[in-house]
Amino acid sequence: MISIRGLKKFLGGKLVLEEVNLEVKQGETMVVIGPSGCGKSVLLKHMMGLLKPDAGQIIIYGKDITRMKERELNEMRKKFGMLFQEAALFDSLSVEDNVSFGLREHTNLNGQEIKKIVQEKLRMVGLGDIAGLKPSELSGGMRKRVGLARAIAMDPEIIFYDEPTTGVDPIMGDVINNLILELQDRLNITSVAVTHDMNSAYKIADRIAMLYEGKIVETGDVESIKTTRNPIVKQFIQGVAEGPISV
Amino acid sequence: MKGWFAGSGRGILSGVEHTGRVAIFFGQTLQFGLTARWKWKNIIEQMVNIGVGSLPVIMITGAFMGMVLALQSYYQLHKLAVETGIGALVGLSMARELGPVMTGIMLTARVGAAMAAELGTMKVTEQIDALQALATNPIQYLVVPRFLSCLILAPLLTVYTVFIGVTGGYLIGVKMMGINSAFYLSHTVSLVGPADIMTGLIKAVFFGMIIAIVSCYKGLTTTGGAEGVGKATTGAVVTSSILILIADFFLTIIFKIINM
Ligand SMILES: Nc1ncnc2c1ncn2[C@@H]1O[C@H](COP(=O)(O)OP(=O)(O)OP(=O)(O)O)[C@@H](O)[C@H]1O
Ligand SMILES: [Mg+2]
Repeated sequence: MISIRGLKKFLGGKLVLEEVNLEVKQGETMVVIGPSGCGKSVLLKHMMGLLKPDAGQIIIYGKDITRMKERELNEMRKKFGMLFQEAALFDSLSVEDNVSFGLREHTNLNGQEIKKIVQEKLRMVGLGDIAGLKPSELSGGMRKRVGLARAIAMDPEIIFYDEPTTGVDPIMGDVINNLILELQDRLNITSVAVTHDMNSAYKIADRIAMLYEGKIVETGDVESIKTTRNPIVKQFIQGVAEGPISV
Repeated sequence: MKGWFAGSGRGILSGVEHTGRVAIFFGQTLQFGLTARWKWKNIIEQMVNIGVGSLPVIMITGAFMGMVLALQSYYQLHKLAVETGIGALVGLSMARELGPVMTGIMLTARVGAAMAAELGTMKVTEQIDALQALATNPIQYLVVPRFLSCLILAPLLTVYTVFIGVTGGYLIGVKMMGINSAFYLSHTVSLVGPADIMTGLIKAVFFGMIIAIVSCYKGLTTTGGAEGVGKATTGAVVTSSILILIADFFLTIIFKIINM
């Protein structure tokens, strides 16, 4: 479904991704973990075609998106949803206009239908009647959830989540975990989620991959990651300061 | 010495590269502007922002420009006893030069800076990425409406500036210096023709394009957080102002050559 091969990227004179290889299967939730600054967000942006790699390929639906022309890429993106780490809401638009952005730009739905979809998506992410507010009037966790509502507004087939539970309270975090699980169960959505939150990772992941120093150092299902012998992965999931990962 | 050559060589290369990128950016804007469906809602929103908000500033600068011009020329022409020519002098200077240039500079300061800052902020807070993730082209969605509204509004506001400037000149010449009103007006009308107005408006169209393209380009290529937004904004104002003055010079030469 998604196949990343030999992905390499220099940013700011630094080799951020050295050689990333990763396969994500249809209907699977792949969680990518890794220390702060290791390039997880950069990896997600490549999958969305927002960054072009210096080498390597990303094959989605059998096509290499790194070599696509913008028009073709945009057709693909209509089937993708992305939640940005800092939500990246359009701050000149209301919550409603943020969530409905894709619907207004790319569908012929009328105002009534769009309003209904917005209400429904906001409810799914646990937000009530805030459609008329501006992003600057929201808390960090609320923005994140509006970002999530915007990401799922067009009923995407593939969703990229950049730290979906960071910055929201534990209860809301679990609401989001359940939502991700539900989207996968009900709609058979394929997702890639980046997170630090190991509880969330264990709950939503079908498989977990760890990114470290520009490479995927281990991939496996939840059980195999929990019982790993790889000292790097072990240190990371246990969250201890001593070990091969220097801090 | 070698270092100096290498340095200036690099400077020229990056200048050429930059110019190339801006040219491509301009080309894409034109392409989207001509081929894509115009989003009237966005364009009108921008026009209201740019136009209505700029009126007071332009009124004040235009009025004082016209008045000071009238004063200065009065002192000079008075010596030659041809002070009734003030009307024509103010009218011609305002229509051909000061009207479009002042409007351009004021729009740069007010509108260009705001556009660069807004798009720059969107860039550094990943809103531009989000726009692309939502399968929307930033040039089409953000730049084209700004470009079109600058293009339309620069000449409209220039007309306004010229009118206010000429009125200011009239007040000084007739009310303050006591020149005969009929003389003043007949001189103005007989010497300031449609061609003079036209050259001013054509200049304004070019200045509008410069402001929109430079400011949007600077905004969309912002890097480095809040500091970067500040740099982009300053850069947009400085570059647009310089380009407006350079363009003004060459357009004046071209109009001279084609006898306009
Ligand atoms: N536009 C850029 N220009 C230069 N360097 C960049 C850019 N974007 C990211 N980087 C660098 O790439 C590295 C990876 O960044 P990235 O945001 O992907 O980290 P991350 O794994 O998502 O971290 P976190 O968990 O803290 O979000 C960082 O060292 C960062 O400095
Ligand atoms: Mg990140």
